[in-house]
Amino acid sequence: MEHQTIPACGDDTREHLVVVGNGMAGCRAVEELLARDPARYRITIFGAEPRVNYNRIMLSPVLAGEKSFAEIVINGQEWYDEHGIALIAGDPVAAIDRAAKTVTTRSGLTTGYDRLLIATGSDPFIIPVPGKDLPGVIGFRDMNDVETMLEAADKGGAAVVIGGGLLGLEAAHGLSLRGMKVTVIHLMPTLMERQLDEAAGWLLKQALESRGQTILTGADTAEIVGASHVEGVRLKDGTTIPADLVVMAVGIRPSVALAREAGIAIGRGIHVDDHMVTSDPAILAVGECVEHDGQVYGLVAPLWEMCRALADGLVEQPTGYRGSVTSTKLKVSGIDVFSAGDFASADGTEDIVLRDASRGIYKRVVVRDDRIVGAVLYGDTADGGWYFDLLKRGEDISALRDVLIFGQSFASGGGQADPKAAVAALSDSAEICGCNGVSKGQVVSCIAKGAHSLDALRGTCKASASCGSCTGLVESLLALTLGDEVQAGAKTVCKCTSFGHDDVRREIVAQAMRSIPEVMQKLHWSTPDGCSSCRPALNYYLLCALPGEYVDDQQSRFVNERMHANIQKDGTYSVVPRMWGGLTNPRELRAIADVVEKYDAPMVKVTGGQRLDIFGIRKEDLPAVWADLNAAGMVSGHAYGKALRTVKTCVGSEWCRFGTQDSTGLGVKIEQATWGSWMPHKFKIAVSGCPRNCAEATIKDFGIICVDSGYELHVGGNGGIKVRVTDLLCKVATEAEAMLHCAAFIQLYREEAWYLERTAPWIERVGLAYVQSRLLDDTEVRAALARRFFHSQSFSQDDPWAKRAEGAEREQHAPMAHFTPRKEFA
Amino acid sequence: MIGDWLDIGWVNEIPVRGSRVVKVTGGDDIAVFRSGEGKVFALRDRCPHKHGRLSQGIVHGGAVACPLHNWRISLSSGEALGEDKGCTPTVPVRIDAGRVLIHRASTLAAAA
Ligand code: SRM
Ligand SMILES: Cc1cc2nc3c(=O)[nH]c(=O)nc-3n(C[C@H](O)[C@H](O)[C@H](O)COP(=O)(O)OP(=O)(O)OC[C@H]3O[C@@H](n4cnc5c(N)ncnc54)[C@H](O)[C@@H]3O)c2cc1C
Ligand code: SF4
Ligand code: FES
Repeated sequence: MEHQTIPACGDDTREHLVVVGNGMAGCRAVEELLARDPARYRITIFGAEPRVNYNRIMLSPVLAGEKSFAEIVINGQEWYDEHGIALIAGDPVAAIDRAAKTVTTRSGLTTGYDRLLIATGSDPFIIPVPGKDLPGVIGFRDMNDVETMLEAADKGGAAVVIGGGLLGLEAAHGLSLRGMKVTVIHLMPTLMERQLDEAAGWLLKQALESRGQTILTGADTAEIVGASHVEGVRLKDGTTIPADLVVMAVGIRPSVALAREAGIAIGRGIHVDDHMVTSDPAILAVGECVEHDGQVYGLVAPLWEMCRALADGLVEQPTGYRGSVTSTKLKVSGIDVFSAGDFASADGTEDIVLRDASRGIYKRVVVRDDRIVGAVLYGDTADGGWYFDLLKRGEDISALRDVLIFGQSFASGGGQADPKAAVAALSDSAEICGCNGVSKGQVVSCIAKGAHSLDALRGTCKASASCGSCTGLVESLLALTLGDEVQAGAKTVCKCTSFGHDDVRREIVAQAMRSIPEVMQKLHWSTPDGCSSCRPALNYYLLCALPGEYVDDQQSRFVNERMHANIQKDGTYSVVPRMWGGLTNPRELRAIADVVEKYDAPMVKVTGGQRLDIFGIRKEDLPAVWADLNAAGMVSGHAYGKALRTVKTCVGSEWCRFGTQDSTGLGVKIEQATWGSWMPHKFKIAVSGCPRNCAEATIKDFGIICVDSGYELHVGGNGGIKVRVTDLLCKVATEAEAMLHCAAFIQLYREEAWYLERTAPWIERVGLAYVQSRLLDDTEVRAALARRFFHSQSFSQDDPWAKRAEGAEREQHAPMAHFTPRKEFA
Repeated sequence: MIGDWLDIGWVNEIPVRGSRVVKVTGGDDIAVFRSGEGKVFALRDRCPHKHGRLSQGIVHGGAVACPLHNWRISLSSGEALGEDKGCTPTVPVRIDAGRVLIHRASTLAAAA
């Protein structure tokens, strides 16, 4: 890290605020100050870590591989630049001279201050056992620790985590996801004993053990063993657990050394008053390093409140900090744990408990004098926010007493789990986003000021911008606040028009429109050439209305459909050749193997759709890859398209002892009849040979289940975020009828659904009865639909890959020019 | 001063509402766009969000929609539009007798 020098500010006469600690509290304090008065102070921030300000709590998801470092940066370098803040990172402050009002860093840089803010956070507590200083023994506090853990995990092997609290369990979870064999050593009889009661701690232990971790409770560490690097941990009972990495997560200690040496008053932390001022009036302190009213904190929510009080004081509008009540959530995916307040059974407290063993749910609310004083939730934490809110406000719950434990929606009379009603009932001060300390009132006021989407909210008040666990709540607030607006008027195609999809489709046919610009002109589009939502929709509607006549507009296609391959996050593409009905043969497999080797594809995988996917192909190489695959008889699998994807099959009567019909053969025939057709959204088909349904036909857009007496036809299923099981359309006796119904169904969908509406939402919108009436009531209507489908197919069944391989649209794959600078990059 | 400008080809080699790429050895690609109105723009081929290839996006009005997460980036300023914040370096473009010229020093700066 290069050292910046502090800008010479001879003419800058503002007071100089120096911040020691570039962490969560230090930078938040500066943000709060800038929000109140951006110009009042000249600001310099010193940070021991060689990095910009990042979200420390998200180190756990980084370790677990759910986030990258870039994603957890709170303020990048541009933030410092924009506000004229000098950041000196990687050079810790070593001393404070209160008489001279200067600080001096380890490298010797000395800077004067008018106001000094100490925000040095905490240090991991390292238990004083032999071997604690061996290489391979670390804490879990900063990005360097995470990097050390990732390096160790890369080598595999075993890790021991000492400490079964929040931090330790998150470390253990991450390391075990990264492939290490993990043992957690915990001194107390139950995990997270400060946040969870015994019952919840036990459930948690079961859950973690079932994920392959070894949890040793009541285990006391005697020694860390190893010659030049850690090799294991020996317990007081004599057992030794081998380890290549030891993470100490037994607790944290406020980082007070700097303040102590400067002679500032300290207890467990640096003493501060309600305005975060220390015993020296020129020096403030905030964050985990402070002690306020006898309390030190280890979670972020209190820090946000401290930072507000601090900033109010710095601009001379003092409000004052009054201490915080905290709640805890464990960030281990798939395990929901929540706790708040005080839940130790004591005189005068009363427990209300609900257990549901089959669903693994445990809830306990602790009540004293008709007020909630604590709550522990395991397995179902949806009501955590509500209990916490009642607790913080000291609400009298005597009226709710009997139903309290069933949660808010029940208690407030709904009886049904209606998340919207639950959110509506929250008070304005209820905390929605714990990571960023955002209340319901703040979210609602941001929405009122125009932040009408999740992204907009994340960009403005930061609600749900960190760990994302409150996304559902924030979305409910959006729906609640904008409800009428969202529902008002029919859904238009996009912002460019006041017409809905049905209107546009109808008018294209009625007025015999032939091109995108014509549609935009005749239907009064409000933008010159539409947007990335309406252009692909119009292109499809025209294509569907004018088979064989309309000339596809490449520039209105999403990149995947333009490149006939799936774009990946690094800009390369993945290629899925068609394998009819999931069948393949040595020639095809050989061709795929050859392509993988020849073009150095880093990965090939079997897809969820029973095909093979080749990853990491460069845009320039696509035509050559396709030529090679074509040579082996393979065509595009359209894994990228709003089009027929795959027809999945099972082995059927040809091999399977239960098979009733030739499901494989029928699947191949259907794929050969339907491939290449463009649709409103992707379209998947499956054929299962008997009701055991191995091809998962009942979550496909069109699914066939063979039975002894014929074929059950199912429609409108999908997997995805919201799984929908198909509806039974009808039963037919022959293969030919099954094929005909399939074609007619596809065509009805093609002609009537909205662009990007899959069959499941389409059928939910128009109703199964409607679809049945169109397909089943009149054989002539059905036959006509099928005829229109096959007419359209006669134009669309040519392999897009073959055309590209022959050189069509070559410019899509080749650079326009190549520039090699002579010296600049040398 | 032609030396300050790089001649990269004919205007009509770039599809209307489409783009092409100029490779820069040792640096990022430069994406060259032609809008619906026929204007030509050049930007670093990297979305300010997560480095999506802007050249692969859908061009509409004076903007391109990134193919990865649909941010809209202004072709003239390189700024993210709407709620999103971020900026991609732009390169000045000149059209001379049907040829597209991009500014050499800015190309180097944007590609670096
Ligand atoms: C490659 C594959 C995963 C795999 O390795 O197994 C895959 C990969 C993607 N799926 Fe999928 N899906 C794949 C099978 C499935 C399946 C399983 C199946 O087809 O039986 C499902 C559930 C069934 C279904 O579709 O209902 C599935 C449900 C989704 C969904 C949710 C769809 C929905 O209607 O809710 C999306 C998101 C979307 O389309 O909006 C999605 C989107 C995606 C995208 C296109 C995400 C994207 O926009 O980039 C992925 C492209 C990766 C790439 O670049 O190749 N993928 N996806 C599978 C390709 C199948 C094939 O051979 O063509
Ligand atoms: C892995 C992990 C997960 C967590 N998960 C959660 C969670 O889910 N919820 C929650 O509420 N809290 C969580 N926490 C706690 C939360 O991160 C802390 O409460 C918060 O970061 C404290 O902020 P701070 O500014 O006081 O300290 P820090 O964020 O640690 O900032 C202090 C900074 O000061 C620097 N510094 C120290 N001494 C000097 C010096 N002499 N000179 C210059 N710089 C110095 C340090 O290097 C550090 O960067 C978690 C913590 C960790 C480590
Ligand atoms: S489930 Fe599908 S969309 Fe999600 S990461 Fe896997 S391939 Fe991508
Ligand atoms: S990378 Fe461009 S929008 Fe995400």
